[in-house]
Amino acid sequence: MSEEKKDLITLESGEMAQPFRWTAGAYGSKFLTELRDNKKFVGVKCPKCGKVYVPPRRVCGPCYVELTELVPVSGEGEVVTYTVVSFGFVDPATGTQKPVPYGYAAIMLDGSDTVLLHFIDETDPEKITIGARVKAVFEEERTGSLLDIKHFELIRG
Amino acid sequence: MDAVAIVGVGMTQIKRERKADGYPDLVYEASRAALDDAGMSIDQVDNVITVSNDFFDGRTISSMAIQDACGSYDKNVSTVEGDGTFGAFYGLMRILSGSYGTTLVCAHHKGSESQMPLITNAMFDPIYARFLGIDAVTSSALQARAYMEKYGVTEEQCAMVSVKNHGNALKNPVAQLPLELTVEEVMSSPYISDPIKLLDCCPISDGASAVILASGDRAEKITEKAVWVKGVAHCSSAYHLGDRNLYCVCALNEAAKKAYSMAGISEPAQDIDLVELYDAFTYMEPLWLEGLGFCERGEGGNLTASGKTATGGELPVNASGGCLSGNPVLVAGLNRIIECALQVRGDAGEHQVPGVKTALAHGINGPCGQAHCVWILGGEK
Repeated sequence: MSEEKKDLITLESGEMAQPFRWTAGAYGSKFLTELRDNKKFVGVKCPKCGKVYVPPRRVCGPCYVELTELVPVSGEGEVVTYTVVSFGFVDPATGTQKPVPYGYAAIMLDGSDTVLLHFIDETDPEKITIGARVKAVFEEERTGSLLDIKHFELIRG
Repeated sequence: MDAVAIVGVGMTQIKRERKADGYPDLVYEASRAALDDAGMSIDQVDNVITVSNDFFDGRTISSMAIQDACGSYDKNVSTVEGDGTFGAFYGLMRILSGSYGTTLVCAHHKGSESQMPLITNAMFDPIYARFLGIDAVTSSALQARAYMEKYGVTEEQCAMVSVKNHGNALKNPVAQLPLELTVEEVMSSPYISDPIKLLDCCPISDGASAVILASGDRAEKITEKAVWVKGVAHCSSAYHLGDRNLYCVCALNEAAKKAYSMAGISEPAQDIDLVELYDAFTYMEPLWLEGLGFCERGEGGNLTASGKTATGGELPVNASGGCLSGNPVLVAGLNRIIECALQVRGDAGEHQVPGVKTALAHGINGPCGQAHCVWILGGEK
């Protein structure tokens, strides 16, 4: 077939949307309501290996045992890895584009053994280091989502 | 494991946009090419495995829309939603079950028809991760940063992978991005997501490919150019990026160990003549080479810089140009298998490496190489 563009037809899907309603589950809801109501973080501890998962979930994958012990974890922690994004992304949930550049990081909260992904308040990669201390900054208006955390702020000096 | 061989292979040309061809057209082109390569008719194909992703196709049960194109009419057909190396693994198992003597495995992808960042964002958890705008590039940036800082691998060493693989693509007629580059040009390309720059990234691509597998006795009747599966394994690690140490390559270690054990390989660097691995981003090549045991942890960057992985080196890696030179997702891993098969047969054309007896093909699935599939192929049964 030829690649003559004027004779080739493409059809647009237009404004087609596929909306979903995802449940956060019992543990996820506890995690998000604690953020919303008390600005606190909660994880779940494995009875076998002792690992604390944040956000909490039902099963420890490596041990394959059910997790039941919810435990508080700190709103402070350290950067495990990070990136500064220079290429815009239109959030399909909101239709808005976050201004670039923006930074986000994998953060190990004190008391947790897994890392949480979130924005950080720094866009110069030279000023972020692995191991840097950070703390959660919360929004005034909170709705029960991870965006109730505005970002993590570098604890400077 | 009973003997199973690759008896036919087919790849379409990889392009940024194959506007004249819908994905069934690409599937037909690849499947027809594989049948012709094997000298088989569709009647000799006992069952079919298709490889596709519903999000990319914009259609649910995407595999069922290619029934005509892949020749699965009146046959048992099943689908793998994942990389082509995993699809081929399922095709192989169907032969090993004893129920089928031959399997056609086909994979397709049209990156031109959707928006890659949105679709790769959708592989992440909708409650805990998508809001970041995290996608294939930015998640890989987190992994690249973790790996480079842990082991001192440099952006320059990663740039050398881009120069090498795009340069190798100059000799591969199906490659999308044959480029003569310098390290300086890669280094001065714009950051997409620090430390990943534009020329560290694979392109968005359209393409399809197909492989025909056959049991030992069938293979010997079909062709004199059978390429034998000496070892194969896959292994998966945690889904949530936060549950993994991103510089860790434990799942790849495990998959490689099992595949080497099956193939009787004790010294991969000596026993394997050529590697085709999943280099969606430059840093992945040294990282996966470490995971495959070709060098010590942290030595992948130095291995690249040493020139050993160049086409004329001791261990040519991605002589085809790799995924950096054309990355139809899902198809890309199957292409690694096909490139290895062609090299073992001596049919790789201008990018043929002399004397390839044993080759390793590698594919990944899930964010930042959550799962790995390793194939060892050889010319002897």
